[in-house]
Amino acid sequence: MVSETVELRGHIIDSLILPKVLDEIMTLGGTFEILHLTVGQRREDASRAEVRVTAPDAQRLDAILGRIGQHGAVPLAGDEARLVPADVDGVFPDGFYCSSHFETWIKRHGQWVAVERPEMDCGIRFDPATGRASTVPMHRVRRGDRIVVGHAGVKVAPIDRSPERNVFEFMASNVSSEKPKAVVIREMAAHIKTARAAGGKVLVVAGPAVIHTGAGGHLERVIAAGYVQVLFAGNALAAHDIEQAFYGTSLGMSLEAGMPVDEGHEHHLRAINTIRRAGGIRQAVEQGILKRGIMHACVVHGVDYVLAGSIRDDGPLPDVITDMVTAQDAMREKIRGVTVGIMIASTLHSIATGNILPASVKLICVDINPAVVTKLADRGSFQAMGLVTDVEPFLRALAEHLVPVNGR
Amino acid sequence: MCPPDFYGIEYEINPWMDLRRPADPARARAQWRALYEVLTKTLGVRVELLSPVKGLPDLVFTANAGLVVPGRFIASRFLHPERQKEQPTYDAWFRARGYAIETLPEGTCFEGEGDALWLGETLFAGYRIRSDIGSHQAVAAMLGCEVLSLELVDPRFYHLDTCFCPLDDRRALYYPPAFDDYGRRVIREFVPEPIAVADVDALRFACNAVVVGRDIVVQSGCAALEKTLRDQGFTPHPVDLSEFHKAGGSAKCLTLWVPPPPRSTSRRSVGAP
Repeated sequence: MVSETVELRGHIIDSLILPKVLDEIMTLGGTFEILHLTVGQRREDASRAEVRVTAPDAQRLDAILGRIGQHGAVPLAGDEARLVPADVDGVFPDGFYCSSHFETWIKRHGQWVAVERPEMDCGIRFDPATGRASTVPMHRVRRGDRIVVGHAGVKVAPIDRSPERNVFEFMASNVSSEKPKAVVIREMAAHIKTARAAGGKVLVVAGPAVIHTGAGGHLERVIAAGYVQVLFAGNALAAHDIEQAFYGTSLGMSLEAGMPVDEGHEHHLRAINTIRRAGGIRQAVEQGILKRGIMHACVVHGVDYVLAGSIRDDGPLPDVITDMVTAQDAMREKIRGVTVGIMIASTLHSIATGNILPASVKLICVDINPAVVTKLADRGSFQAMGLVTDVEPFLRALAEHLVPVNGR
Repeated sequence: MCPPDFYGIEYEINPWMDLRRPADPARARAQWRALYEVLTKTLGVRVELLSPVKGLPDLVFTANAGLVVPGRFIASRFLHPERQKEQPTYDAWFRARGYAIETLPEGTCFEGEGDALWLGETLFAGYRIRSDIGSHQAVAAMLGCEVLSLELVDPRFYHLDTCFCPLDDRRALYYPPAFDDYGRRVIREFVPEPIAVADVDALRFACNAVVVGRDIVVQSGCAALEKTLRDQGFTPHPVDLSEFHKAGGSAKCLTLWVPPPPRSTSRRSVGAP
């Protein structure tokens, strides 16, 4: 989808020019949104409308703009982006442009400047010294930063819907547990391979259910094979992964026997304590204390990980960032270069990740709860697909596609 | 008005013009003379003349020079280069008579009274074939009046004055197929008593009439229209201007209404369109 904001001026109400333009947009296969409408008070006063026109592709948008241009609808893109300096740290100027996760440009001195690091729900900061623009989260804005205000001079290019019917489009239609999972997982694996072959990074966001369900080994295998470059998780995934590495249990349950073991409920606390004594996960690996598991694989294979804490964490592990704003910023740093995101059995960390990823990143969301998958997949883009399933069979099948055992 | 000394079909910029169908200079001069005499002698209109210029065959169609309001001349910006050459002649004529020459923004097109006609205090303006809608916004801002933009959809009726003709504050002739649905709705909404003209009359340029009070100078042979006009209390004055039809114009195109120099109390006092 592509869009452009146009402006109409004149006696557009009495002349029926406004309804005509809106009708033309729809007749030509586009949609519109009236952003502003000022109606002249006296008969001789002109009116003004600002209309965002959206079309399925650039060619159709051009056709619409060409047609409605004859009725006086002029792209607002002709205007420069308006910059207002922030007057307080951590506060945007009133009327700030609220960013989307789509690729965005702002117009300065007649030139379109691409906004770096597209992220939704941010402001756009322009640096006059370098001539560069980037998104800036609210808490990072500093007094004096030049922030884009209003819609003028801002162009957004939503991701084109791929003409080929791929699994992302197919899956985005709805979220259901009644999907041909084998087919879907095979296509997901193909996407991951394609992304890696193109030099893109793969991000995994995982919850502790990965360990509880005994799927840790599958993920470890995928990491070891080089299919994961970034891991986002909380204290729990790492703690139970390490518990399993040390004790063979997850939350005290033997993953071999499927039975609670004596004093098992203390295992994860003892595991956390051991890592705290070592100084951190990396140190534990280097000291030969931690010898297997997902976190071990991350350290050994150079996977960047961010562990973001939460209110009910035990310990936590020394690697866990407990300041949420700092954790968000750490995640922002690590998503650069990511082209595929896989979210497995995690709600809050996945939503946080979805919020900071640009729309161009393809998302795979897997959870046993359809509500979670729906929430994650519904990001207003065609780039998210959801699968409702237990994580263990999912990761087993995915690992089997990516890293076949027995040379299959 | 501008005598047709150098009138002829020298290029093709509308569907009526055909280089294989030249105008007969003698007949054209006689027809123009007949129009001039109806206006000046029969109706007592004061007509001022613009000197014809060799190489500007369409200078006879003075309606397209611009839009005149007391003391001000809003100069046209012709779409076609062939006619852009006429503009300095029109500007010079008005400048010599003390008018302020006002120009529209660069990049817009506006063909004067051809595409802008008053009905009461409202300016009806045509666009999309010759003038563009951007010029309407500029004219509205210059004059501080309401401008109702009407899209023209039939290339044969390329100027508003070929398919729309205000008769007084309440009535106007119009040819419905020359407009789209929106335009027809605007006309029906803002003209209290619109009078639709039939195909056969419209194609004889019936709407391209000169209105002088209750007297209407119109192409001869528009029988249905003449009857309608009489029924409405007007007096039709038929004139044959067929030589000018070859260039896509008739009575109205051959005249530009110039309001009396001091402030006119009503734009319709003389009644010409």
